[in-house]
Amino acid sequence: MTTTTHELAISATGLCKAYGDKTVLDGIDLAVPTGTVFSLLGPNGAGKTTAVKILSTLVTSDAGELRVGGHDLATDAHAVRAAIGVTGQFSAVDGLITGEENMLLMADLHHLSRQEGRRVAAELLERFDLTEAAKKPASTYSGGMKRRLDLAMTLVGDPRIIFLDEPTTGLDPRSRHNMWGIIRELVAGGTTVFLTTQYLDEADELADHIAVLNDGKVVAEGSAEELKRLVPGGHVRLRFTDPDTYRSAATALREVTRFDETLSLQIPSGGSQRELRSILDWLDAADIEADELTVHTPDLDDVFFALTGGAKVAHQPSQPSVSNQPKENVR
Amino acid sequence: MSTLSLAVRDSSTMLRRNLLHVRRYPSMTLNLLLTPIMLLLLFVYVFGNVMSAGIGGGGADRSDYIAYLVPGLLVMTIGSTVIGAAISVSMDMTEGLIARFRTMAVYRGSVLIGHVVGSVLQVLASLVLVGAVAVAIGFRSTDATVLEWLAAIGLLVLFALALTWIAVGMGMASPNPEAASNMATPLILLPLISSAFTPADTMPGWFRPIAEYQPFTPTIETLRGLLLGTGIGNNWWIALAWCVGLTVLGYHWSTSQFNRGLK
Repeated sequence: MTTTTHELAISATGLCKAYGDKTVLDGIDLAVPTGTVFSLLGPNGAGKTTAVKILSTLVTSDAGELRVGGHDLATDAHAVRAAIGVTGQFSAVDGLITGEENMLLMADLHHLSRQEGRRVAAELLERFDLTEAAKKPASTYSGGMKRRLDLAMTLVGDPRIIFLDEPTTGLDPRSRHNMWGIIRELVAGGTTVFLTTQYLDEADELADHIAVLNDGKVVAEGSAEELKRLVPGGHVRLRFTDPDTYRSAATALREVTRFDETLSLQIPSGGSQRELRSILDWLDAADIEADELTVHTPDLDDVFFALTGGAKVAHQPSQPSVSNQPKENVR
Repeated sequence: MSTLSLAVRDSSTMLRRNLLHVRRYPSMTLNLLLTPIMLLLLFVYVFGNVMSAGIGGGGADRSDYIAYLVPGLLVMTIGSTVIGAAISVSMDMTEGLIARFRTMAVYRGSVLIGHVVGSVLQVLASLVLVGAVAVAIGFRSTDATVLEWLAAIGLLVLFALALTWIAVGMGMASPNPEAASNMATPLILLPLISSAFTPADTMPGWFRPIAEYQPFTPTIETLRGLLLGTGIGNNWWIALAWCVGLTVLGYHWSTSQFNRGLK
């Protein structure tokens, strides 16, 4: 167990998949160390779900060397299946039977004894706050409850590696935060999580490592911090209430972008302590006193739109002029 | 765990799931049962006297027609009940649950085996119910031996197995449960153009071969022969050939669709 391949829970080299003449995955490489959260981030249609389907043995790849849980996907899919748990995008619960029966079904399929199955089912239902609804048909559950039941079913076999395909899509904010809490608990217990999401904050919150997928290719990867550094766009914003102070400041400071309507100035900055101090020194030297100073670091949104070539449509009422937006520079 | 014990264990788990569905929601099974029972009562009590006079050798007494009709309706019950299998397979395939099973270290065939065995058991239960109604309205077998009864039951099971595999294939091929139900409709229409209600030789000449050689007629004629002592002729082996042929066809159709992966 000393080679690196054994320490990787999931590894893919040159993963390709095409449906007809439509290339969905165009030679992607992935490496997910054991016990970490990996997030595949991308817009709709980027190929995220296809990647999950392939890695979870649902669909075969056209090319690529793939290993999950130390087993080769091409030759030992059964062993891979024994090591993984999958919660797909669409609810995979049996709506005709109760939540408890769904759990016991999973226990039976994992060949747990009757007693062990009942214990595990009761434990997980309790943990996912479903004990009260356990005797009701799963079709009567709310969206959030169905997702929780779905994940609880995935955990019956105590899988070492879990695939979560857009686990919070369609959930209300509270259910979403609950789901994040559950995922964090799993990771704390040593489980490896492979997560796809189209929500940048979700990847930011949960993932140790993020790969941005666009058009079947990994266009960037790294930690959230590393990705943010890829994109310029950090700045310090000064706001003034008095137009005269604003005008004199604007003339005194040359390297700034002016926003006359809101009486604010933007100074490019990566947001590090040192850069910030030098800006403050500079302002003091020029004898400028802004009424409000805010530091903006690029968020994953900036990275995402820069890398995937989409336009950022988020409303920014305090910046009516978009001609100097960092995203524009990057494009 | 050996492959065989894995297969048996997982398949029986899947079977338990399917039977649980039937137990929780008996309305679908009962709805499907309604057609043969309604037709039985309609043809016996409304058309009975006329039909009885019409079939060869029958007097103007509906009891002759009851005897003629019941074997046909028992076989029709099979066609009607397996539609449930098409619908439930389709429901399974359109939901994410099958995808979950596929990502688990579960015996691959267990999902389909669960459906097939569940459907055959359901058919047997339906046959007992329809049979009970038939006996209640006066159907009696004319001195069939134990061996003939066993052969009759065996034939019904084989035919149920064959039609179930076809229905499972239909369920897999359908994009949603409604389409599955439509696609499976021929399974209750075919008996209407078989010898279930009237002898095939009373039909127009050009149509007779279709009526005589489609899967239902030879099966019905064989069952009639076993229960009532009418002539079976070459019908028994045509019926067996249909059973084996449809089972093989349905099995390959279903499993190839199942293994092709999700759409």
